[in-house]
Amino acid sequence: MFEGLPILSIITFIPALAAVFLMLMAKISKPEGRAQVEKNASLVALVASLAVLLLSLLLVFSFDKTTADYQFTENYQWLGGGINYRMGVDGISVLFVLLTAFLTPLCILYSAKSVKDRILEYMVAFLILETLSIGVFCALDLVLFYLFFEGVLLPMFIIIGVWGGPDRVYAAYKFFLYTLLGSVLMLAAMLWMYWYSGQLLDHPTTSIIALAKLDMPVHAQTWLWLAFFASFAVKVPMWPFHTWLPDAHVQAPTAGSVILAGILLKLGGYGFLRFSLPMFPQASVHFAPLIFWLSVIAIIYTSLVAWRQTDMKKLIAYSSVAHMGFVTMGTFALNIQGAQGAVFQMISHGIVSGALFFAVGIIYDRMHTREIAFYGGIVKYMPIYAVVFMVFTMANVGVPGTSGFIGEVTTMLGAYQVNPWIAFGAAFGMIFSAVYALNLYREVVFGEVKNEKLNTLKDMSARELIIMVPLVIMTIVLGVYPSLVTDITSTSVGALLTDITAKLAAVAG
Amino acid sequence: MGNMTLMGGEIVLALGAVLLLLVGVFGGKNGVSIVRYISITALLVFAFSGFVLNGKGEAFGGAFISDGFSHYVKALVGLTAAASLWFSRSWFKAEKLDQFEYSILMLFSVLGMGIMVSSGNLLTMYIGLEMQALSLYVMAAFNRDSLRASEAGLKYFVLGALSSGILLYGLSLIYGFTGVLSFDKIGAALSGVDHINAGLVAGLVFVLAGLAFKISAAPFHMWTPDVYEGAPTPVTGFFAGAPKLAALALIARLITGPFAGMAHDWQQVLIVLAVLSMVIGAFGALTQTNIKRLMGYSSIANMGYALVPLAAGGAAGVGGMLIFMSIYLVTIVGLFAAILQMRTRDGAVEGIADLAGLSKSNLPLSLILTALMFSIAGIPFFMGFFGKWFAFAPAFNAGLSWLVVVALLSSVVAAFYYLRVIKVIWFDEKARDFIKAPTSLAILSTLSALLLFPVLLLPMVTVPVRALIEAAAASLF
Repeated sequence: MFEGLPILSIITFIPALAAVFLMLMAKISKPEGRAQVEKNASLVALVASLAVLLLSLLLVFSFDKTTADYQFTENYQWLGGGINYRMGVDGISVLFVLLTAFLTPLCILYSAKSVKDRILEYMVAFLILETLSIGVFCALDLVLFYLFFEGVLLPMFIIIGVWGGPDRVYAAYKFFLYTLLGSVLMLAAMLWMYWYSGQLLDHPTTSIIALAKLDMPVHAQTWLWLAFFASFAVKVPMWPFHTWLPDAHVQAPTAGSVILAGILLKLGGYGFLRFSLPMFPQASVHFAPLIFWLSVIAIIYTSLVAWRQTDMKKLIAYSSVAHMGFVTMGTFALNIQGAQGAVFQMISHGIVSGALFFAVGIIYDRMHTREIAFYGGIVKYMPIYAVVFMVFTMANVGVPGTSGFIGEVTTMLGAYQVNPWIAFGAAFGMIFSAVYALNLYREVVFGEVKNEKLNTLKDMSARELIIMVPLVIMTIVLGVYPSLVTDITSTSVGALLTDITAKLAAVAG
Repeated sequence: MGNMTLMGGEIVLALGAVLLLLVGVFGGKNGVSIVRYISITALLVFAFSGFVLNGKGEAFGGAFISDGFSHYVKALVGLTAAASLWFSRSWFKAEKLDQFEYSILMLFSVLGMGIMVSSGNLLTMYIGLEMQALSLYVMAAFNRDSLRASEAGLKYFVLGALSSGILLYGLSLIYGFTGVLSFDKIGAALSGVDHINAGLVAGLVFVLAGLAFKISAAPFHMWTPDVYEGAPTPVTGFFAGAPKLAALALIARLITGPFAGMAHDWQQVLIVLAVLSMVIGAFGALTQTNIKRLMGYSSIANMGYALVPLAAGGAAGVGGMLIFMSIYLVTIVGLFAAILQMRTRDGAVEGIADLAGLSKSNLPLSLILTALMFSIAGIPFFMGFFGKWFAFAPAFNAGLSWLVVVALLSSVVAAFYYLRVIKVIWFDEKARDFIKAPTSLAILSTLSALLLFPVLLLPMVTVPVRALIEAAAASLF
């Protein structure tokens, strides 16, 4: 459908262009016209993000599921020295583009009413964030990838720092420096690979495709793997590198949390699939047990921590760490169920955790507190909300029929083949997730209304329903018909695993 | 006598400076502006003269070298100097210090830098170095009624004289042990020698120490924060840019030419300088509250980064340093053009706290400063990141992986203080309003911020520039 069109660049940069347009409007408008521009800012942002969503849907429909090759590729000369502007998607990345395009309009729609202060700058930051997050998944060049990967820190830093809660500056700093520290180690590894490709090939290159074909020396793989691990483990985040996440989530505005949980955490999992596995297969096998145990600790420990939280957002933040533990566990099972499950779990978690943060945001906007103890019995005033929240609570628990079930069970299937004890431990995590998620639901929604301030609660508005209904639909559709995702991912995931097996065999033989 | 076209740019500057001195004295009221604009033109002519005349060879019996390397460095030096002269205008006007001598001093210092970059023997090198240094001392103290500026000038002069002494002692040792002055002959004398005399090593170390002072590399950095803070802001902006590149270029020429055979010796020195500068620059800046002092520490750290590729050596290393410095200079011009816009109704301000809440009162300047700060911090999506990329990649050639890791970790520490400026701009409550900025500053800062967006840098620009840099670096070998 898109022959000859640089469709990925178009999708990636539409939001950025809209952001530039907004800034220009703000600059040329007269002071008295400024209010009007501010008013229309969310509309412009919404239209731009909907255009991106439409194009991404078309992209997924015209995506060829039968090949594992990168599609819609672009390759332009850019900075010289082997660094080109390379874009392309395969079965692993194309769905993340769609996920980003799906969540951003919802965030913009949500924020249009709930953000009061400096709405224009807020929309600009969100549009730039969308450009950068889509760019990460489309980039096929190491430098371009790193550019987008680190670039997302900038708008997120500003979003947390400007529109965040009382402790926002601390959280923004912690978020930024923690992830930056992890990433510079990855940068060192990337520089080494760039240099090494120059030794093996005629010219140094940063093409991800070309680098994945190189055989990195086994002793170097260990260091490279660890350097990439430093970056991705912080991003995922894996226990014990997760401490920035609860702070960032609690302080971020609702939509910021949605993007953080829905998209930014996926960058780590995606990075493992895109870099660590194909480029350093020996090291991946070597370190797989480490990943397993860290994942299981994450699943059990953070579930228990989540249980004891008094702040709703913090609870969901910790549950995110637990759910991402399934992703890392599945990824390093190095079999088809594990990897497929990891991708599925990421998509599912993107939808479910995003929705949960929206759900918290909806009552936070009304009562301005996230204390669990403050609430209780709100089903009396917000019945529709109670139903919607129920769906996502169930998905969070991993009840069959929701998307959460598929992701967790397939990753456990994958892990079981490698080490049954790991799957056993992870299964405990599922039980604990029922404990904290149902506990949260019971405390907030059911029970007697003890707090008379809740009398003023109104049920979800039309706008809030428009946001939540697509999320509900996606959660259930993916829960009963997972092939929607797995059909697209299977060829690429299969090819990835074949490639790794071949590389491992070549060294062993 | 050699071919005069080889030093066309220097001749323009020298004659121009002498003639403009007359114009300034007899020009009356408009003399200052006329001198300034002609000086800017002369600097631009100087910048492009190398490439336009394209003279390659040696003049004055090898004392003056004109090659692709010197052309590229002079182009950058000339352009930054012209930009610095342009952005100085509004500040000097506002402070009622607008005197024509400033432009002339700038011409003389750039002339010195030109000679430094093109020097082919120890004497021309020293003459060029002193010529630019003496002009810089006077410029630092240009605001002579200000106690701080005089202090800065004096401090700079005393320490500068000390470093010149060290340098000169090193030169005399080298001359004493080799018996020759010209770079070619020193190189020839050293090639194939198994055992390098310790006196010669000492000479080399002294020379590098003297040059390290000029680029404010730690541990020879002590003057930097004070001079940066005390000197008039446009002068600080000039200090942070052109002279650094000229001195680094001289180091590059020395280590690839006459001392190529002593790689083992200078590499250790450069590594020590690089590590100390990166670490001291990063940690020293953490507690600064004055933005000019902050820039002082920032330039110490950045010189550390620039020394990483030089320590690696080879054409790749010199090329990496040139790419890094090209991007650094664009950032510095933009940053100082932005800092010069920090002026309230009561006068210029320099505190980081004065930027509080700037995003509410002046969104364009906030965006520009944010982009520049992120860029100099080396955060991706800005060219500063690519500067580091191309600077650090050659280090692997020399097996200096650990140096790259140290450099990157120190850049995380450095990111903290750049972030603090951004935090103050965006997160804090509004402190004060700045008066409307002069057009020249707005243009320069916007242009520099735009140049730092890599998505706007298309292959039409990057490919020829890279080709130039590669040719420049290769011409040293």
